[in-house]
Amino acid sequence: MLGPNGSGKTTLLRVIAGLLLPEAGQVACNGRDTRADRDAWSAAFSYLAHSDGLKPELTAGENLAFEVGLRRRVSQAEVDGALGDLGIAHARNQLVATLSAGQRRRVAFARIMLSGAPLWILDEPYTNLDRDGSVFASAIIGRHLDAGGTALIAAHQPPAIPGHRPRNLELAA
Amino acid sequence: MSRTTTLSAALLVYRRDLLLAQRHWGQVAQPLVFFVMVATLFPLALSPELSELRRIASGVLWVAALLASLLGLELLFRSDHADGTLEQMLLSGQPLSVLALAKGFAHWTACGLPLVLFSPFVAGAIGVPLDSLGTVMVSLALGTGILSAIGAIGSALTLGLRRGSLLLGLLVLPLAMPALIFGARAIDLSIQGDSARGPLLLLAAMLVLAVTLAPPAIAAALRISAE
Repeated sequence: MLGPNGSGKTTLLRVIAGLLLPEAGQVACNGRDTRADRDAWSAAFSYLAHSDGLKPELTAGENLAFEVGLRRRVSQAEVDGALGDLGIAHARNQLVATLSAGQRRRVAFARIMLSGAPLWILDEPYTNLDRDGSVFASAIIGRHLDAGGTALIAAHQPPAIPGHRPRNLELAA
Repeated sequence: MSRTTTLSAALLVYRRDLLLAQRHWGQVAQPLVFFVMVATLFPLALSPELSELRRIASGVLWVAALLASLLGLELLFRSDHADGTLEQMLLSGQPLSVLALAKGFAHWTACGLPLVLFSPFVAGAIGVPLDSLGTVMVSLALGTGILSAIGAIGSALTLGLRRGSLLLGLLVLPLAMPALIFGARAIDLSIQGDSARGPLLLLAAMLVLAVTLAPPAIAAALRISAE
């Protein structure tokens, strides 16, 4: 989903996620209104918002164990593996408050990765990531697509996902 | 990949909130310090005569507990809202009312329970006889539970507001009046040597009502605030 600032990308993603009510129309998945069973719909996707959704007073490991744990059983080894995949294995026992913005984004990405949801809704996923981080993120999105998953991404630039050509939806300002 | 059961999710929320309370113990201690300070100011302002203090002890204990509970309530959902973790809980696929109940219970454990455990000392200092200390504890345990449940609705409703604390008081205090009346009455009856069973049972019924009805209301309020 591409478009200039203020074109409504985040709003549309929040409507799809069920965090905002649409002024008109409905959000449907497989022909069923997503509001009919909100909890089942929420379980089907994982949402990365502008904010990373992490508690600064908890360590990266504690944050992941909690947030992923709400959705599915997750082992410490899986958490460590995801942090390692994103190049921040050392952050496991570090308070999120002491991590840089880019490192926090990577932890948030690890949450999406571990969620096990078939649909990823990613709002500006590359924000605050350095070049390495962006490459990690693209590779992880690519792996998710290879495994039959779907990703709905809002971005300023069309994301470069290795081995995949995203379909673009342009929103006018 | 096995999905987390609702009970496990509630336990996760409860444990996380207690861990956060432990890391912010200053914030948690605030209501307790307030409770002790307000209750011990009365002997200084009125009279050190125990017989005189005993007459107003029930009211002092309850008003101090009520106001102390209000102090911690504003923060119940605020930091989760600010850092985006509330949104993640909303989208976790778990029933929000159960998660809200777990948060409310964690809040009571961190803020209400210490107050209850400390109340015999404070009550003793303002002339409540030894025989009545049990009633003081039971009445405040039930009362702080009711206040946590009702207060959580107010806290969720005022989440999006910049200066929600005043509105929170206006919303919660009138709803807490019945608990205040019966809670203070129970302590009064016990001090006079009568049975406090009636008002305590009514308080227990109110707690059951609050714990049953509050979670869906909190969940609805949180969804409105998230928009």
